[in-house]
Amino acid sequence: MIDKRVRSLAEAVSGVRDGATVLCSGFGAVGEPVELLNALRETGVRDLVCVANNAGTGDEGLAGLIKDGRVRKIICSFPRTTDPHCFEAAYKAGKLELEIVPQGTLSERMRAAAAGIGGFFVKTAAGTQLGEGKETREIDGELYVLEQPIKGDVAFCRADRADRWGNLIYRKSARNFNPVMAMAAELTVVQVREIVELGSLDAETVVTPGIFVDRLVVV
Amino acid sequence: MKPLSRRQMAWRAAQDLEDGAYVNLGIGLPTLCSDFIPQGREIVFHSENGILGMGPAPRPGEEDKDLINAGKQLVTLLPGGVFFHHNDAFLMIRGGHLDVALLGAFEVSEKGDLANWTTEDPNFPPGVGGAMDLAVGAREVRVLVEHVTKEGRPRIRKHCSYPLTAPHCVKRVYTNLAVLDVTREGVVVREMVEELDLEGLQALTEAELRLANDWRRLAAPEV
Repeated sequence: MIDKRVRSLAEAVSGVRDGATVLCSGFGAVGEPVELLNALRETGVRDLVCVANNAGTGDEGLAGLIKDGRVRKIICSFPRTTDPHCFEAAYKAGKLELEIVPQGTLSERMRAAAAGIGGFFVKTAAGTQLGEGKETREIDGELYVLEQPIKGDVAFCRADRADRWGNLIYRKSARNFNPVMAMAAELTVVQVREIVELGSLDAETVVTPGIFVDRLVVV
Repeated sequence: MKPLSRRQMAWRAAQDLEDGAYVNLGIGLPTLCSDFIPQGREIVFHSENGILGMGPAPRPGEEDKDLINAGKQLVTLLPGGVFFHHNDAFLMIRGGHLDVALLGAFEVSEKGDLANWTTEDPNFPPGVGGAMDLAVGAREVRVLVEHVTKEGRPRIRKHCSYPLTAPHCVKRVYTNLAVLDVTREGVVVREMVEELDLEGLQALTEAELRLANDWRRLAAPEV
């Protein structure tokens, strides 16, 4: 029998190693798995490379990991979002490495990893600072840069509803990076509002099929 | 002369959005454009975080914390609006599916280069968001920007002094003084506010300007 439910947040975040690449979903705080990231902080894990759109809001979730110095590097498109004081303090103190990636490239690099694609050419960033040092190619008279996949050791995601197989449905704009991050990691852990009986999610509306999900916890 | 207010600039840019257009509004000034869509036109607003058919801010009591725009402000969904995930949101942007991106800027060059993501201020960590994707991907990139900085420095330049968001992407610029088109022959003035002539506008512009034969006065209602 397949049952991806775990009993606690502690169990949900167990096994993440120091130095891991962690995909942290959300757009600002919307769709961010705050409770899972808080639980990860409790484990004491260090030297994380976090991939996220923003670099944390307030003092919880990703911001809390940064505040405690657990994040060595953040790969994101736009670090400063609502109340970014934890990021700003760590960045100014030189304790946090920052890699800026255009938002569409960030999500596509994860999709590439998920799809077994070894890299792709894109116009975004060609002829700019963020394209410097990257292999370029002229395609149909326009300049493209080569981008590499990003694969997570673990992804932390948030959904609205799930069943025990890990099929997921999201809520409004809280979907954002969750589907792609769920696909792009070795271990995918999802916090959900509700787990419903197998067969009661509408198969036509499931966004993330359970094949991508390893652990579920209700928050 | 009487420069346009920020709301009037947004009004002017909104008049050029055609019925049926799929449009992405950048954070800040461009976001105001959605308030000024002419009656009878249906414009579908796209948000990079996975919304088509984005509506205005919610009325008190109707806020939903899971429904935000690219600037992380609360918004609503219009009838017919849909949600999708980030890859699809950026596939729409990068694959040429959006008709127009209306963006803010620090500078625009006479070749249509856009600089709107970093001023390289060491006290201000950089962030690019979706700006580079929009600049290369939308079918038409239009810019909304004050004609000069607070210090009086021209923003329409021969070459951008700040790092580029994308080269050769801007087609039209709406400022508080003029409407400008970036063409192969250089920057063409389509509209200027009352009591401003080409010489006066040129003095506030680094790029060389040409006056369109059919240029008009730029005027906006009090909005």
